[in-house]
Order: sequence, then C-alpha cells, then structure tokens
Amino acid sequence: MVILTQRLAEEYMKRKAGTMVQVNGGGSGTGIAALINGTVDLAQASRPMKDDERASAEKARGSQVVETPVALDSLAVFVDEANPVKELSLEQLAAIYTGKTRNWKDVGGKDAPIILYGRENSSGTYDYFKEHVLNKADFSAKVQTLQGTAAIVNAVSRDENGIGYGGIAYDKGVRALALKKDAQSPAVAPSEATVADGTYPLSRKLYFYSLANSPQRVTEFVQWSLTPEAQALVKAVGYFPLNTQAH
Amino acid sequence: MQGQARDRTRKIVDGLMSAIFTATGAVAIIFIFLIFLFTFKEALPVFTDAEVRKEANLEQFFVKAQPAEHFEERYVWQPTSDVPKMSLIPLLLGTFKSTFIALLFACPIGVAAALFSSEFASRRLREVVKPAIELLAGIPSVVLGFFALLILASWLQDAFGFTYRLNAYNAGLALGIALLPIVFTISEDGLAAVPRGYREASMALGATRMQTAIKVVLPAAAPAVFAAFVLAFGRAIGETMILLMAGGNAAIASFSLNDPLRTLSATIAAELGEVVFGSAHYAALFFIGTLLFVITFISNSAGNLIIARMRRRMQGDTA
Repeated sequence: MVILTQRLAEEYMKRKAGTMVQVNGGGSGTGIAALINGTVDLAQASRPMKDDERASAEKARGSQVVETPVALDSLAVFVDEANPVKELSLEQLAAIYTGKTRNWKDVGGKDAPIILYGRENSSGTYDYFKEHVLNKADFSAKVQTLQGTAAIVNAVSRDENGIGYGGIAYDKGVRALALKKDAQSPAVAPSEATVADGTYPLSRKLYFYSLANSPQRVTEFVQWSLTPEAQALVKAVGYFPLNTQAH
Repeated sequence: MQGQARDRTRKIVDGLMSAIFTATGAVAIIFIFLIFLFTFKEALPVFTDAEVRKEANLEQFFVKAQPAEHFEERYVWQPTSDVPKMSLIPLLLGTFKSTFIALLFACPIGVAAALFSSEFASRRLREVVKPAIELLAGIPSVVLGFFALLILASWLQDAFGFTYRLNAYNAGLALGIALLPIVFTISEDGLAAVPRGYREASMALGATRMQTAIKVVLPAAAPAVFAAFVLAFGRAIGETMILLMAGGNAAIASFSLNDPLRTLSATIAAELGEVVFGSAHYAALFFIGTLLFVITFISNSAGNLIIARMRRRMQGDTA
C-alpha cells in the first residue's frame, strides 16, 4: 500500500505548500512498530492492528490509537499471462501454498512444478493470506519471499510456472486469477464491483493509524485522505475507494 | 640550550602523536567489542530467559526436527507461526551453499587473474587490468543483487533450464562477483611481492614463464593467496543484500543447488524490521548475529594461524 500513500502524500504536498510528508515502506508490521517506537506520526497498515500492538502503542506513546480506514483493496493471486489456469478455489490455493499441491496439472494446468512466491513475514499481506487462505497453517518452506508486491509481480511475470499474491493495484504483466470461495461457488474475478459487494473472497481494508494526541498537521492529512479528491487518487492508483462500499 | 628545547618539543610531539595513534587503534577495538557485547546481550535470553527458551533455544536451533518424512520438511524456519519453529539448519545450509559456489567461482578466477596481471601482462596492460578489477569492489552490493535478480537469473535459467529462477547458482555467482576483487587484489599484491631472484633463478634453470609462474611464484605467494581466500570467505558469510535479492529467500533445508535459499544474514535483514522487541524471535535473530560473528571470528583466526605457519615454513626454506 506504500504506492497509495506515496501518491496521496505527493498530491497533498502539492496542494499545501510547505508541508512535508515522508513515506516509507517495509510492511504493516514495520509501520506499526515504528508508530509504537515513536519514529513516525502515522502508520499505514493493510491489516487491522492487533490488540497487543495497540496496547503497547498506547503505553509507549501515552495516547489512544485512532484507526482510519482509507481504501479497499483486494488481494489478487497472480500467475504468468501464459498460464492456462484461470481460476482456483481458496481450498486449492491453500493446498498450493502449504506445499500439498506441487504441480500445475493437479489444478487444471500443464505438467509443471508450481513455483511459489510470497511476502516476508513482516508484511500485512503475509498475515492476511495466512489467516484467510491458509487458515493459519504454515506456508510451505519453498515459498520464495520477496520484498514487496511489486517484486512478486515482477518475478511472476518472468516465471511461467510462478504464482504470487498481492494487492490488485500492482497487476502489471501478470494475470489475476478468479477465485472461488469453495469448490461449488462461482469463480469471481477481482474488480471494483465484486470487491465492493463482497463477492470476491479476498478483500480487505487499508488503514491509517495515528494517535489521538497527534499534531494537527497529521490529522489534517488523514482527514484529507477521505475527501473525494483523495479518494479519486485511491482509484487512480488501482485500489478501490471507500465510498463504493455498499454497507 | 636551543638544541635541548627543540629536543624536548620533539619528544612531546612524538609522545602526543603516539598517544593519538594508540587511541584511534583502541577505538576500533572498543567498537568491535561493544558491538559484539550488544549483539550477545540481546541474544542472551536464548540461554537465560525461561519464557524465550520455550520457543528459542539451542536444541530448537540445531537439533529439533519436525515429524516429517523428508529431510527438508523436518528442519523448518517459521518463527511467526502459531507454533514457532526455529531451526537454523535451512539457514545454515543456505549460507554455506551460496558461500561454496561463490568461493568456487571467485577463488580460481581471482588467482588466475592475479597470476596473469603479475606474471604475464605487459606493464601497460597491467595498469589497466588491475584498477579495472579493483573497480568491481566499488559496485554496491545492492546493485549486484539487482543485476542478479533481474538479468543474471534469466540468463542462467535460459541456459540451464533451472526450475527455480532464483537458486544457489544465481546467488552464489552474484556473490562470487563481489568476492572477485578481494581475491584478486590480495593475491596480486602477494605475487608481486615475490622477489625477482626467484623468477630469475627459475628461468636460469630453463623453466618456461608458465612453469615459473605456477611452480615457483605461486607457491612462494601461497600465504597471501590463502589470506585472500580467508577474507573472501568472511565476506561471503556476512554478505546480505546480494543474497536477499538473488537467493529467492526460501528457507528450505535442502542440499540441492537448484533450490532457492535463505541465508543467516538475509534472515536478519528481512525479519528484524518487524520483530516484537524482546520476543523469542527477536532473541533468535540476535543469536544468528552472534553466530555469524563467531563463524567469521573462528575462520579469520584459523586462517591467520595457517598463514603464519606457511610464512614460517617458507622462511625456513629460503634460509
């Protein structure tokens, strides 16, 4: 989600001359740890803060943590554009990432080993995938962990037997698979409509975390990120704006 | 009288300067010592803290195996799992696989290039070759890693049809490129320092230039060449960025060079940013740091001992 905040920050700095917003990446865990340690004013995370993180932040910073959802993201599963597999059920996906299914022919592809790409364990995407796809089971040791979704997309686009996961915003040179909640349900491709109405099985909110006693310049930026013009940027980057949410 | 005064100032300046140099030398040692102390202190809970020891202890790191059929599923590094598994076996294997390939690549090429530069190249050619190879040392490792990740990996896969783009060959080769200037520079200096008389004596006995280079000059410079290998080994064990980018970062306990690998150093780099301060995972990462420190310390010390012995033997021969 670092590309989103980067764009928001650039636009914000253009609009409000004299303000400086510095954005760093590294994964949700890194951002939240930085908020706890007091090295940042604002943490961005692609997963909700855990209770113990919230507690240690409030203890360390002496203030309530404020959660602001800023965008909707769907976690896409990528394969190379030449891969004949078009859809997978979550169950098949879990079997692939835990190392039980090792060949594409077992899920309707050609006879070739499945090369797994994933994120470092500091990543919110890693946590989300582990919780919602693997049901908290361990990833296979064969997952090659890369330093960001962009790196995964890049690797998958060069590897015809590769599979990777990450935010839909990074969908370049690869194909996002349609996913089935279970073997019987229809396959749903990630799109603004399917994410908004909740039929796409892997979608999540992206959050900003700040403190109740944050300086005004921080709250101003957070509030601005929810305005229509900022939400238009959200869409331009490839995430989904919050206001399309049906409920 | 004036002479005495000058003498005194000279003594004072002399004393001052040697005090300054002693102090700077001491600072270097103190820093290393403090860094080690800090790393070790953070790793200490692995030995002392009951809570940490439940998840991270020496048995977990080196012995504990999961109940599984295959070797690679028995030794697992999954520190953030619900049931954390912290076997260092896959990481150790990754480190040694990449180091092995890198040395296999850099040592022969580095020494051969050094021999060429010191024994065969004309003076003008040598003045081009030596700085050019030493310039390699100036390439930041992140750039080398990037090159290996995007370009070298594709070349190797196209040429050899590897299943995994990022594998031990790719990582080792990229690391080898980083080691090349180390091996080259130190061996070259050693070869160039062999007295002219050795070469002249060998030629006078009818040996060709090739025979002189391989059978006389190279053995005479053996301590320097060996020192180059030791330093290269130390660098290879500790190098992080290249392996983080080019190795694929999968902690597989596999002996196969076709598999992706994850090294000890890359594990620290990738995971320390996120780890909960004071947790078992945190202590385990610092234990890995201590382990790296100990490995390089032992290899360097052993290397120095062997070099000293080689030197003594050499001097015995010439006496």
